[in-house]
Amino acid sequence: MSEQVWPLYEVFIRGRGGLSHRHAGSLHAADDQMALDHARDTYTRRSEGVSLWVVRSDRIVASDPAETAAFFEPAEDKIYRHPTFYEIPDGVENL
Amino acid sequence: MTPEQVLTAYVLRLGDNALILGQRMIELVAAYPELEEELANANFALDYIGQARMLYTYAGELEGNGRSEDDLAYFRPEHEFKNLLLVEQPNGHFGNTCVRQVLFDTFYLQLLTALTNCSDQRLAEIAARAEKEVRYHLRHSVQWLIRLGDGTEESHDKAQQSLNDLWRYTGEMFVADELDELIMKSSNGPDLGAIATKWQKDVGGVVEEATLTIPVEQVMARGGKQGMHTEHFGYLVAEMQNLPRTYPGATW
Repeated sequence: MSEQVWPLYEVFIRGRGGLSHRHAGSLHAADDQMALDHARDTYTRRSEGVSLWVVRSDRIVASDPAETAAFFEPAEDKIYRHPTFYEIPDGVENL
Repeated sequence: MTPEQVLTAYVLRLGDNALILGQRMIELVAAYPELEEELANANFALDYIGQARMLYTYAGELEGNGRSEDDLAYFRPEHEFKNLLLVEQPNGHFGNTCVRQVLFDTFYLQLLTALTNCSDQRLAEIAARAEKEVRYHLRHSVQWLIRLGDGTEESHDKAQQSLNDLWRYTGEMFVADELDELIMKSSNGPDLGAIATKWQKDVGGVVEEATLTIPVEQVMARGGKQGMHTEHFGYLVAEMQNLPRTYPGATW
């Protein structure tokens, strides 16, 4: 048995045609092909999907939790970016 | 033998291969080195047991004596099981298991593919369902054998030794006995000669990619199809049948 730890992969499943792939979880595998097999055997045993993506977790570029304030908070006070900010003029149909 | 008896015996034998291989793989549940492989193995084992259930149920119906799938799995003695010697071989180390699965599933996939064209509709339907499962199992085991063979020096040598050790159980698969001949004629059954050719080509390709060597020609062990098994088989059957024989009719 190997004492090395296999790298971590993230698994994304497309539930059915037309839907986007959604994150389902993660697993360990020695290479990409094995990761796909493991994803199939771990996450699609009960007909959860029709397509699988796997990607090594260390290849994902993630936002830094320490920068949450600078990244996301400026959007919070810009209510004019939401359609509900605008009043619909009388007489406009089909909006 | 009547055509029904031929079909019954043949379906039962297919069921025996699936059940005994499934039972061997069940022995590995909770004993795998990696969680994900553990799940894969358990899935595969249950696929074989599911195939055995379909085949035994059908064999019981064909036989017409009211024997259920459980009667056929748990209340027949050793010598009535006609599975191939290869599927009853012990799991050994991971390389032994991989090699056994590749050697058998390469054959089994061809057999099932041929059976999807047999004239018995129910058997053809069971084969079509099993074929999809086994195609995936084989893909998985082949990848592992290539990794082991083309891996480290140690994994290469162990895989080669496994191949050498199990090779003698492969000849039996392609020796057509009376039942194979009858099912081929009466029901457009598999042609074992054609399957042997395909098997040699497919296994040869995998072995080459795994940087391993096909073992030298040797005397092939036989007897499984006639109910004469290797010394490991009694223990397997005893463990498998212990619970239903001790507590007949036990349910969850």
